[in-house]
Formats: sequence, structure tokens, C-alpha cells
Amino acid sequence: MQAKDSHAELRKKVEEAQTKKAAFGEDIDLDKFEAGAKDIPKVERLDDLDEEEKSTLLKAGVIPTEEGRSGSFVLMDESVVHSSMTMQGVEVMPVSVALKKYEWMRDYYWKAVSPEADKYTARTYLENADGYFIRALPGAKVRAPVQTCLMLKNKNVAQTVHNVIIVEEGAELEVVTGCSTSKGVEKALHLGISEFYIKKNATLTFTMIHNWSESIGVRPRTVIVQEENSNYINNYIALKPVRTIQTYPTARLEGRNAFARFNTVAIAHPHSELDLGSRAILAAEGARCEMISRTISTGGKVIARGQMIGTAPKIRGHLECRGLILGQGGVQVAIPELEARVPDVEMTHEAAVGKIAQDQVEYLMARGLTEDEAVGIIVRGFLEVGIRGLPESLKKEIDRAIEQTEVKTM
Amino acid sequence: MLEIENLSVEVGGRKILRNVNLSVMAGYTNVLFGPNGSGKSTLLMTIMGFSGYKVTEGRILYHGEDITKMPINERANRGIGIMMQRPPNLAGVQLRNMIKVTSKGRINPDEAALDLDLGSFLGRDVNVGFSGGEIKRSELLQLDAQNPCLYLLDEPESGVDLVSIEKVGGKVRELLQGGQSCAGRKMQAGKSALVITHTGQILDYIEADRGYVMCKGTIACSGNPRELLTEIRKMGYEECIKCKLRIATLN
Repeated sequence: MQAKDSHAELRKKVEEAQTKKAAFGEDIDLDKFEAGAKDIPKVERLDDLDEEEKSTLLKAGVIPTEEGRSGSFVLMDESVVHSSMTMQGVEVMPVSVALKKYEWMRDYYWKAVSPEADKYTARTYLENADGYFIRALPGAKVRAPVQTCLMLKNKNVAQTVHNVIIVEEGAELEVVTGCSTSKGVEKALHLGISEFYIKKNATLTFTMIHNWSESIGVRPRTVIVQEENSNYINNYIALKPVRTIQTYPTARLEGRNAFARFNTVAIAHPHSELDLGSRAILAAEGARCEMISRTISTGGKVIARGQMIGTAPKIRGHLECRGLILGQGGVQVAIPELEARVPDVEMTHEAAVGKIAQDQVEYLMARGLTEDEAVGIIVRGFLEVGIRGLPESLKKEIDRAIEQTEVKTM
Repeated sequence: MLEIENLSVEVGGRKILRNVNLSVMAGYTNVLFGPNGSGKSTLLMTIMGFSGYKVTEGRILYHGEDITKMPINERANRGIGIMMQRPPNLAGVQLRNMIKVTSKGRINPDEAALDLDLGSFLGRDVNVGFSGGEIKRSELLQLDAQNPCLYLLDEPESGVDLVSIEKVGGKVRELLQGGQSCAGRKMQAGKSALVITHTGQILDYIEADRGYVMCKGTIACSGNPRELLTEIRKMGYEECIKCKLRIATLN
């Protein structure tokens, strides 16, 4: 009876939060969007999708043949069109299925992200959104990445997604998520809740490639909970035009010696507004965190936030954000924040925004390159630094994404 | 091949070079001596066309063509290549990639790097964390990739340890003279160079044809490079200035 009461109470709170504006980012009127389709037909194999859909997947780093993948999951609007796993030690299924299959899912579902945080989490909660559930079994070293794709299929849709990843004790898992938009979808919205749990001695490498289009609004809400000696590597890549993204994934390092790294690589094209943050709460002794952000504005606005909060002794953290302005009208805002609540901590940051150094361009020109070629190489190098240390398989995908991006000089 | 006529240059509003006249004939290796701050590097940077080096007077001719106002890359594509003293760091740009792009596939980076002991540097970012000697070797590797006709070398021996000087000197000789020791053949190879040297140490490795002494932004003297070097070692640069003044007074 008590549980039912608290459930009703929470629901009431969430309903009230439906008008609650988010702390950051332009406020989006959710009434202007329709709920996403839940009846898009399933496909047995990703290769059965039509050519256009396959090309959309590829551009977001999702391989239609599923070669070299340990599992695949595709959501179009709000329909799970594909969910499969090919290797032992890993489970891939819709969250809705996992909730029925595992009683204990209730200990994870909406336990890291608060449903009443803002109007976007509220909407996702009230719509009972589906998404992927990925779990690496205890001790499993999952050699190939699991790939997932969240695709906006129809215009004027507000897609709500709720994902859960659990990496059990001693397990290692890589997940590549490509977010994308079908051709012709001019205006749509993506609201994504992600709750990741990394148990003792486990590692999760999570790479998200955002490949939206000009008029898309994106509001992901991600929290990562880390136990002792766990590792979390977050790679976020957004190189294509988009209307507005506001995201602030938060890692809660609750176990001793947990480690988190956030790599962010993004380009704000004209009319794009990217508000990209990374937050780490270093709450256990010896926890460490690194944040590296490399952003470029070719005319849009980038706000690169980074926050580290140290509440336990012997924690260490370093935050580095660099921004380049390559186009007229571009705006770069770097907001690094360090907060220490105990004396024995070491947290540092460096931030720099500006244009490409002329001496670098001329150095390359003295080797015979045109100015455009020189700028291209420098920009590629600038972004490259943001994704250092990635597994080779992921790096190839990101290199491909960078290659597809043309950056012109001023 | 290269003719500098009455060249005056300002850097940051300050006049650094005054009425410099100098030439490098095809197949010649000319050296430029001079004390610190005399304007030697400024001359090389101006020939290459870097911004910040403002030509206020005179002109630069390359193969008879006036290149004074030509963009840097066009000078490079016409065959001018430079080894800089302090090249900038290129974070995220691997040396291997730089060599590939510069040579347009003409040379194999791994093979070319062997000669200069740079094999383990190919995967590193250009100049980032390189020592003085490593920068010299990396610059030479890049010039090897670029294959210019006129080499502008800014103190190739400075900051290089005794072991590496063999590699650097040997490579400079190979690039400029293609391993030719015969003067006639060397001329035919057509590679020319203007080399700044402070100590003259590089002359142990290359055959220099003509020497210039630069003092206070202008050419104080020219002649046989070895004779000049001996004189400078004995008398110092002060004597070159005095000598020039004496000649000017006589005229």
C-alpha cells in the first residue's frame, strides 16, 4: 500500500514538473510536437532496412551488416524495430522487456535520473518511454561493441527514449550509439533518459555520435553511477548541423578509485546552439576524472561546461576545454567549474577560446599546402586531440565522421 | 636563381633589414654568417613570405620572377623550402600524416624517417615535445618530403648533440648535393641553398660556395665562406662592421 502511495506521490510530482524549465538551454514548447509512432514494423536483420535507412545508420556509426558487433538495437521514433545480440556475456533488449523479465530492474529504472528534474524528464516518464537495455554479465569481457541507433523517422515528433546500461562486476563493455534523423524530417525533438550503472572493477566505454539535422532539438539526460575501481569513458561527437542540443551528463563516482573520462568533440554550424556539459561528482576516496572538450564554431554558438565536485579525500581531476571560432557570428563560451568540499583534493582546469593560430597555417603553407588545406589539417588535429586514447574500432568511426565534415576557413 | 635586391624589411614596426643585396645561383650553396639579432632569420622568413615580415623597399626574384608579394604556398610550390628555427607545434597532426601530405605520396614516411632516426616520431604530433635536435631532424624529413629546389636552412646545427650532428649534417649534404662530391655534377643537380650558420659547424658537412656576413640588418661582407669564417673566428663580427665602414668611407 505504501509503495502504491509513494508511486502516486511521485507521479503527482512529475505531473507538476511538466512545465518546469530546464536549468540550461532554450526552453522548448513540448505541445508543438506529437508523440512518436509506436507501430513501425520490426526487421529481423538491420540489412533488411531500405538503402536510405541503412545510409542514415552508417552516417551515425551504426553498421547495417552488424559485422564486428556483439549486439544491435534500433529505435525509430518510439518503435523498437530491431534488437539482437550475437555474443555471449551480453544482453540486449528493449527496456520494456527487461522490466518484465527482471524484478530487480526496479532498482535501476529511474533511480539515477530524477523524473521530476525538468519538463523533458517528466514527459519521458509520463510517456513510459522505451529504449535499450544493455547488460554485460559479471566478468564478461565483451570484445566487440554493442551498437544502438535512435532515429527520428517522422517530422514534428517528440521522441522519448529511456535507456539503461548495466556493466556487472569485473565486466568490460563498449557501446556505440548513433543518433540520427531520416531524410526529410525537418523539425523534431529527441528526449533521451540514460541511466548507466558500472559495478566494481567494471569498464564501460560509451561513444555517442550525434548526427541530427538543422531543425532538431535534443535534450538528453544522462547519469552514470560508478562503483569501486570502475572506469567510465564517455566520447561525445556532434559534428553535423542541429538546431539545439543541451546535455549535461553526470558521473557519480561513488566507489573508491573510480575513474571517469569525458571526451567531447563538437562543431556548431550557423544557427546551431550547443550547450554541452560534463559533470563528475568525485564522492569516494581516490576517485579521478578527466574532461577534454574540443569545440569549433563555424557560425553557431557553443557553450562548453565542465564541472567537477570533489567531496572525498585524495580525489584528482583535470578539465580542459578549448574552442575555435572559424566563422563570423560564432560564439564560444567555456565555463569550467571546480568545487572542493574537503582539503585533500587536486583539481585543475584550463580553458582557451580563439581563432586558429596563423603561424600554424603558414607553417603548413610553407610546405606547399593551400590555406584551406592547412586549416583543414589543423582543425582535424584539433578535434583529434579530443578523442585520443579510444579503441581503434571506435576511432575509425569517429575519423569517418570527421572526414565527412567540411570545415571552411573564415 | 634567387636575387635579393635592395631589400628592407620591418617587423612589428621596427626596421630589421636595410637595403640587403644577395644572390644564390643555381646549384650554389651560400652561407649567411652574422651575430645574434643581425637579421639573418628575418631574411629567410621574408624570402619564404611569412606574415609579419613587411617588405618596405626592394624585391625578391626567384628564377627571374618577382615573388615579393606572392603567397607562401605559391613560393613553396615554385620550389622554395625552409627549415625554421622555432616551428610551431601542430597538436593532433602526426608527423607521418604531415610527411604524406607534403610529399603527395612521393616518399614512404617510414623509409625516409629511418635515415634520421625518426621512426618512433612518426606517430607523434609535429614538434610537440620535440627537443632542439629532434626539431631539426623533423624539419629535414619534411624538406625531404617537399623536395624543394632552393633550401633555406636556419641554423641546421644549433641545439643538435654530437651524435645527431652526423645525421643532420649527412642529411643536409644528401639533400643539397645528392651525395655528389664532384663540383660540376653538384651544379647540375640544381639544388641551391641559403644556410644560416652561427658556428660554421655545418661547413664540415657541406661544400659552401659563397659566404655573406650580415651585421645590423645589412650585408657587411661577402666572399669565400671558409676564409670569412676563419676571419670571424679570429677577429669577431665587430671587425666586419669596422671593415665595411672603412670601405664606405674610402668610397
